[in-house]
Amino acid sequence: MKKIAFSLFYLFVCLPWQARAALTIEITQGLDGAVPVAVVPFGAGAGSYAPPEDVSAIIAADLARSGRFAPVPVQNLIGRPVEISQVRFQDWRTLGVENLVIGKVEPFGSGQYRVQFRLFDVYRGRQITGYSLPAPAAGLRYIAHRISDIIYEALTGEPGAFATRIAYVISENVKGKKTYQLQLADSDGYNPRTLLSSVQPLMSPAWSPDGAKLAYVSFEKRRAGVFMQDIASGKREELSAFAGINGAPSWSPDGRSLAVTLSRDGNPEIYSMRLDDRSLKRLTNGPAIDTEPVWSPDGRSIVFTSDRGGSPQLYRMPAQGGRAERITFEGSYNASADFSPDGKTLAMVHGENGKYRIATQDLQSGLLRVLSDGSLDESPSFAPNGSMIIYATEANRRGVLAAVSSDGRFRQRFSLQQGNVREPVWSPFEKHD
Amino acid sequence: MKVVQRLMMVLAVVWLAGCSSTGGSKDGVAVEDRVDSGMDAGAADATTSGVDGYGDLTIESLSDPNSPLAQRVIYFAFDSSEVAEQDRPLVEAHAAFLAANPTVKVNVEGHTDERGSREYNIGLGDRRAQAIRRMLEFQGVAPNQITVVSYGEEKPAVEGHDESAWSMNRRVELVYVGH
Repeated sequence: MKKIAFSLFYLFVCLPWQARAALTIEITQGLDGAVPVAVVPFGAGAGSYAPPEDVSAIIAADLARSGRFAPVPVQNLIGRPVEISQVRFQDWRTLGVENLVIGKVEPFGSGQYRVQFRLFDVYRGRQITGYSLPAPAAGLRYIAHRISDIIYEALTGEPGAFATRIAYVISENVKGKKTYQLQLADSDGYNPRTLLSSVQPLMSPAWSPDGAKLAYVSFEKRRAGVFMQDIASGKREELSAFAGINGAPSWSPDGRSLAVTLSRDGNPEIYSMRLDDRSLKRLTNGPAIDTEPVWSPDGRSIVFTSDRGGSPQLYRMPAQGGRAERITFEGSYNASADFSPDGKTLAMVHGENGKYRIATQDLQSGLLRVLSDGSLDESPSFAPNGSMIIYATEANRRGVLAAVSSDGRFRQRFSLQQGNVREPVWSPFEKHD
Repeated sequence: MKVVQRLMMVLAVVWLAGCSSTGGSKDGVAVEDRVDSGMDAGAADATTSGVDGYGDLTIESLSDPNSPLAQRVIYFAFDSSEVAEQDRPLVEAHAAFLAANPTVKVNVEGHTDERGSREYNIGLGDRRAQAIRRMLEFQGVAPNQITVVSYGEEKPAVEGHDESAWSMNRRVELVYVGH
């Protein structure tokens, strides 16, 4: 009884702060081949009040953040067309932009808006796509990200991942006392929400495949416990509270099982737990540290970290357990794997000569590629469209997040005003409709 | 009568809050009993025969800065869980004390430096704590006196990103419950 009260004491769910960025994004390495695009400031309906969000500015920032596009600065735009009849393609051709986005945000009932946009191919002089989307005032940022996704997919052929979220852990000294928070924000760092706050460490957040829940590790009872929390309601339950380690939760792609690391039998081993009846199946067995399980997207195998060969390296085994094969051979330290959404590539922490950096390895060719340039980089997590990898690094002696395109050519940094931010995990795609 | 009961509940709750690793007691009275037979009783009659010339270690030794028990941190080399030769007498002193005071409980907390992945470091901190647990048990400490927790790199003793900080963070701390 007391324990429940104690847990509740440390658990509070904040209301989202409208349009406030927790994490400010700075592009640290640009891309030469970024395609110029003009996003014209969206018009407002006749005689209407200004909408609470600048939808076209959010879209332009999203496209810039992808590294694939270079939006023309607003002051350099040669016109402000709102309707299709106002577009003169030859003018935009002289500016050298290949694509043009126009639109408007109109009030639609009480507290509602309708956002209309059109994307044009300037050289062919025709519309590529266009939609009219309804949104409540509080949902305008989300609709802007959805529009960015539509534009990104129309122009690259790959789905966009702007209308997604990231979860991460913050640690901060508040009046000399360390506090930990599990937070969630939009993929551009806006709308941060605290899901859990504790004076004991929180770690290893993991998204359920439907994006509705997070599993994580909390030391709030002065021992490790694996918890599962519903994001919308804040309701949570402790799934694993054995003696020793309860850690490294990872969801199976079907959402029915959680792989975890337990040391209840005296040594860190990987287990899979069925969420319906909490039954456990032990998947590894040996004196080594076996931890950090991740399921392949097809659910057939699990990649994990083990020091059975002397140093920590990545191994792969069938999801039911069984013989494991080593898959990393370069470098003295390879750990903390994450699968690309297509299952073809692994991101990992790669340690060599005392530096810990983010690398990817092509599973078919075995080719390893170092993508980051820090010395204490960790916790890589793929965007659900595979385009970027977000990870934790350090800048000015503080923990910050960074993202790198999966080809390593484009980098950006997410910083907090204060405190340390770490263990980013990118959400799956939102379920639309 | 009711007032006394309520007072006992309050005491139990206060004690639980200060000592959150002890759990599961639903009944305030039982918790009170534990307090009686635990620290207080232990203080009255706990003495040990000295091991390796440490002399008598009593419950008071825990708060004596000159006692070997005042030293409660054991340090480790990078990616290692081997207890250094010079630290063995220290672990043995704690083992002798715990073996002679079976009501005293200890949390064995494993820690690592910040390098590498966080969950692997939880594994490494666990391995360090287990090495100390095995030494304690080998010297006669009962398994139910020991709780192993690994914090990995989550609770550094020293903030910093160089070897001087890292060497202070690769450690096992012996935390006496209630002391």
